[in-house]
Amino acid sequence: MTTYIPIDALRVKPKPDPANAPVADIRERLFELEEAGELTVHRVPEPYVEVMTKYGRTKKIPEQMTWHHKSCGQCGHIPGYSTAIFWLNRKLGFEYNDPTDQTSCTAWNYYASATSNAAAQAGVAMRNFAAAHEVGYYPIIHCGTSYGHYKEVREEIVHHSDLRAQVRDIMSKLGKDLVMPEEIVHYSEWVHAMRHRFAELQVYDLSNITASVHPACHYYKLVQEDAIYDPDLYGGERTATVSALVEALGAKVGDYSTFFDCCGFGFRHILVERDFTRSFATQRKIEVMKEEANPDVTLTHDTGCVTTLDKSQFAAQAHQKNVGIPVMSDAQFAALAMGAHPYKVCQLHWHTTDYTGLLEKMGIDWETAWIEFEKDVARIERGEIEYLSWEDVGV
Amino acid sequence: MATAPAATFTADPGATLSPGSYADVPYEEKLRLWDEVKADDRFPDYLYGCYECGICVAACPSARFYDFSPRKITQAAAREDVELIFEQMNDDVWNCSQCFSCNRCPRQNSPGGLITLLREVAVKNGLASSKEALEGYTRIVYKIMTTGTQVSPDMLQADAFPDWGPGVTAVSEKLDLWRRALPPETLHTTSMSWQVDQKTLNELYLVWHYTGVMDMIAEVDEGLHMIILDVMEESLEEAGYEI
Repeated sequence: MTTYIPIDALRVKPKPDPANAPVADIRERLFELEEAGELTVHRVPEPYVEVMTKYGRTKKIPEQMTWHHKSCGQCGHIPGYSTAIFWLNRKLGFEYNDPTDQTSCTAWNYYASATSNAAAQAGVAMRNFAAAHEVGYYPIIHCGTSYGHYKEVREEIVHHSDLRAQVRDIMSKLGKDLVMPEEIVHYSEWVHAMRHRFAELQVYDLSNITASVHPACHYYKLVQEDAIYDPDLYGGERTATVSALVEALGAKVGDYSTFFDCCGFGFRHILVERDFTRSFATQRKIEVMKEEANPDVTLTHDTGCVTTLDKSQFAAQAHQKNVGIPVMSDAQFAALAMGAHPYKVCQLHWHTTDYTGLLEKMGIDWETAWIEFEKDVARIERGEIEYLSWEDVGV
Repeated sequence: MATAPAATFTADPGATLSPGSYADVPYEEKLRLWDEVKADDRFPDYLYGCYECGICVAACPSARFYDFSPRKITQAAAREDVELIFEQMNDDVWNCSQCFSCNRCPRQNSPGGLITLLREVAVKNGLASSKEALEGYTRIVYKIMTTGTQVSPDMLQADAFPDWGPGVTAVSEKLDLWRRALPPETLHTTSMSWQVDQKTLNELYLVWHYTGVMDMIAEVDEGLHMIILDVMEESLEEAGYEI
């Protein structure tokens, strides 16, 4: 029998008082450094949405004029993730920049192999931030690890003057300024801030859909004070990102007891020691979700989490484990709810676990959609078009 | 000259104070490596003490599947048990998932952060265990350092990911077509995650060069170092840089 733990039951805590926050507000120190001529602070462009972070502080989320810091794993192996983020921006009519003057944050490699160091990691981050500032768009970070790592870099740059001087010197050799964004913003925070606008454009009723949420470790465990919390959701005890979107779209949040566990990605493990990854992902996450919430879909907001939770299920199914939950990002879920094409936009054919039951329950005719996609692929193959364009997907 | 301590207090009867399985490595060398870890600017932010509460272990995914404990890592660091730290630097640190669930520590320690530093020193000093841990991973290092993106669509091959099911084969067979069926113009790539400008890559290469990362690569894999250096030097020379 499916049971739900009503998240209303946890609505007991008052809004936290930022005056009593256990950690200083790093943005104040950033502006002091700017005042001292040490760096430039890239201001969040208006209009922006104000959201609340863990200790009650306000964080500005820009609506548009965003510079999309893409994710290695999203673009490489689950490209419907990035495509859905862009589609959502276009659907709202927002101006954005999809840069080619952007590298990976390289943190996946750093956390996997340690073949780097603090100065190099800061250098990579500040090069990307400078590139965004140069073209006048505000960085928005697609990857949870990039987001967490960049917040760590910000701590290090702010608190260690030697490192700051070293990186400033490197930027100077590259012909760039030392620029730090006023806020480090994850795309899922933008999704969170835009969730009610998405709901206004929703075309499918999701009231019969249950989604379990896996929060990405590097989103809320690294520099935890900067993640979005909401006293009206889980009593402010858990990050509200993703779960609030599910509620806004009218679906149910299916709770489960291993919410705080990681997915098992492991950085090096997913690539070279995957028996650990598979075991953890299925035994500690998917099987527990299935047993306790039996969701129609699992939503998360990071590259590694989507990959790990989705791909790990194939081998487990071969062993008759209690798995079989489709996995996608919050952005893909929102886009589907708003009528995005499941293949041309959300690119679900790159995913492993069967998602067709979910689409049917949402009211999406996936069989017709697949025929439409294959027709477009055939046009590309015949040379009638070189690429699928945004016009081809209606935004 | 530093000498091994005759005895050190330990609250953990399971902890090792003897040279253990690395008796052939001089204590002075182990101490040198530990001093290198402590010299990192981030070290004071990662270690404040330890209540022995085990919250980090309860939150740790690796502790469930390996003989691994973030509490022991923190305890050894707090006690400066140089012998045990060296053992951990070789035998334990590569089990860590680097998820930072252990940051839940009530003393504000970051066992995961300590492990990042231990790993970094292990790599920088070319410890055999780090070379072993990174075997099979070097193609990823090559990919990220030369293309600026960590994984590429053409890495999705059935022989590399047999446990991910037949969908991997479908992707690899249709790769070029399916990449061109992506609306964002930057994603029509197969050998890198997205299109990155050559000027941008040159700037990345300069970051590696100026921060000593190439020296670290040379310590763990000389062959990989030569290959990456060739790619970098050719591109930088074409762009008019001298390194």
